[in-house]
Amino acid sequence: MSVQAWTFVMVGLSFALYIGVAIWSRASSTGEFYIAGAGVPSVVNGMATAADWMSAASFISMAGLVAFMGRDGSVYLMGWTGGYVLLALLLAPYLRKFGKYTVPDFVGDRYYSRTARIVAVICAIFVSFTYVAGQMRGVGIVFSRFLNVDITLGVLIGMGIVFFYAVLGGMKGITYTQVAQYCVLIFAYLVPAFFISLLMTGNIIPQIGFGGVLADGSGEFLLDKLNGLSQELGFDAYTDGRKATIDVFFITAALMVGTAGLPHVIVRFYTVPRVSAARSSAGWALFFIAILYTSAPAVAAFARTNLLNTVSDTKYTEVPSWFKKWETTGLIKFDDKNGDGSIQYRGQHSDTENELTIDRDIIVLANPEIAKLPNWVVGLVAAGGLAAALSTAAGLLLVISTSIAHDLLKRELVQEISEKGELIAARIAAGVAVCIAGYFGINPPGFVGQVVAFAFGLAAASFFPAIIMGIFWKRMNNIGAISGMIVGITFTAGYIIFFKFIRPDLNMPTHWLLGISPEGIGTLGMVINFLVSIPVSLATPAPPAEVQELVDNIRIPQDEGPSHELSV
Amino acid sequence: MIKKNKNRAYWKKNLQYLFTLLAVWFVVSYGCAILFVNYLDKIKIGGFRLGFWFAQQGSIYVFVVLIFIYVYLMNRLDKRYSEATKEEDE
Repeated sequence: MSVQAWTFVMVGLSFALYIGVAIWSRASSTGEFYIAGAGVPSVVNGMATAADWMSAASFISMAGLVAFMGRDGSVYLMGWTGGYVLLALLLAPYLRKFGKYTVPDFVGDRYYSRTARIVAVICAIFVSFTYVAGQMRGVGIVFSRFLNVDITLGVLIGMGIVFFYAVLGGMKGITYTQVAQYCVLIFAYLVPAFFISLLMTGNIIPQIGFGGVLADGSGEFLLDKLNGLSQELGFDAYTDGRKATIDVFFITAALMVGTAGLPHVIVRFYTVPRVSAARSSAGWALFFIAILYTSAPAVAAFARTNLLNTVSDTKYTEVPSWFKKWETTGLIKFDDKNGDGSIQYRGQHSDTENELTIDRDIIVLANPEIAKLPNWVVGLVAAGGLAAALSTAAGLLLVISTSIAHDLLKRELVQEISEKGELIAARIAAGVAVCIAGYFGINPPGFVGQVVAFAFGLAAASFFPAIIMGIFWKRMNNIGAISGMIVGITFTAGYIIFFKFIRPDLNMPTHWLLGISPEGIGTLGMVINFLVSIPVSLATPAPPAEVQELVDNIRIPQDEGPSHELSV
Repeated sequence: MIKKNKNRAYWKKNLQYLFTLLAVWFVVSYGCAILFVNYLDKIKIGGFRLGFWFAQQGSIYVFVVLIFIYVYLMNRLDKRYSEATKEEDE
């Protein structure tokens, strides 16, 4: 069978699986719709969280990002995993003990303030929408690249699938579908990784082959070979860093803390039955994420070596077939500037002009073909990319619909709404959110890609300190928390908007505050948040006794109330 | 009143675990993989420079292990706590 036919088969089978799972696990109450009735075992929840967390960007772009950044790629590798330690130790167990549905619930109750709740709701909706638009776009791209379907049609198909199981199944349907999606995506990621590792180093485990010797009989270490090749062609050595240490430090911290503050990740820990399950489920989530995140840098190094080896200084007429194929999609561009008919791929330190432009997504997308794998593996990679995009989109849509139906309608606008009415409202909100997300997927505003990256910085500078202090410092009061959030988010957003939108020409290390790029500024915003909220809180009255009791209560594991339905 | 002391002891123990584990978390990710990365890169294990390995592999393994250590410690603490409070109720 052709690649095209295999892709249709793989994608079709995986979609049928998701729909089957969704019908089997549809929700019948608001408790099931919002948090799956708080009855999800921790391994299952961990797997679902991993699928929720790993987006189209993790699946398609991350290995490529690392391949082109070398050691500096660690900011993403560590930044998007280290946050789970903060979640498991500092947030998840206490929020589970608190036992309501959402982050705005916690912020509103702990800081006894409607303003704080509404600000939190707006932040959650804003972050989720920018994120989900990117996922819908990812669905469209996978469809168009693998199946030659128009991007618009691809997005519409993706919308249809997500609509079906998010609106019908709520959190319960989403959780079990995400488990299926995790299995599809990790299988699709590891099969080519195993093959390429075996091919290049003779060791099937990529994490070990990464540090092994090449299988070509030279006895040379893969990474030494890669460093040598890179420098020969005028690139920096692969294992050296280029970014300033302070910038790497701040970006990593902003991503870690931001991860721990993202509403669609936090809400997952409300779905488990007990406090102890919230802790272990964070552990399982990171375990399942780590399988992909430790394979990605290995894949990056293999693919980079392959690329430099096979493409550079090759006659254009003799390039491998995958090169020509991906050239038609525009992901590889060759411009024979010196007219000698061969490809000069050169870095910034070389005297020769570079003639090749490569899109980072090619590292994962073309990997099966570069490693000469059978056609069904290519189809599998397409299904994996779709699984990653759909699972993340569904999780985000649920946060949006919960925020609207629960946080805004039930808690603020129509408090007397019945359970049934609330469930209908949640479903309508999810449906409308799918349509809006689809619209932005088809007509992406230019700023989506940029905003997604900065959502982390904004979450780090606003939510994270408020929640942490809410749990660990009883004296923190509403005025302190609100002023901290406002100053933190204003500073961070201002810095980002200035360098990205007002004066992008100044966006370079010499103009940055302390040498910190806009990607890393959220960390400084978080520090400022703490520096403002603590003195302000000390200068104003202590929180009322019942709030202090609430804090005492969430710190202790007992009397946790196993079922959410009872407490609604 | 005694229960209150138990609660306080539980919380203190929890904070102790937190500080220890987060210190390891910080040293591995921000220390080994960022601040002292060039220093550690002078050491080579197999094909890996040590700093590079921490930055792209080792730190992630340590994160996973840290969470499961915390899970283990807290489950043990929870058990002791519930036994202690049960005795008191009797």
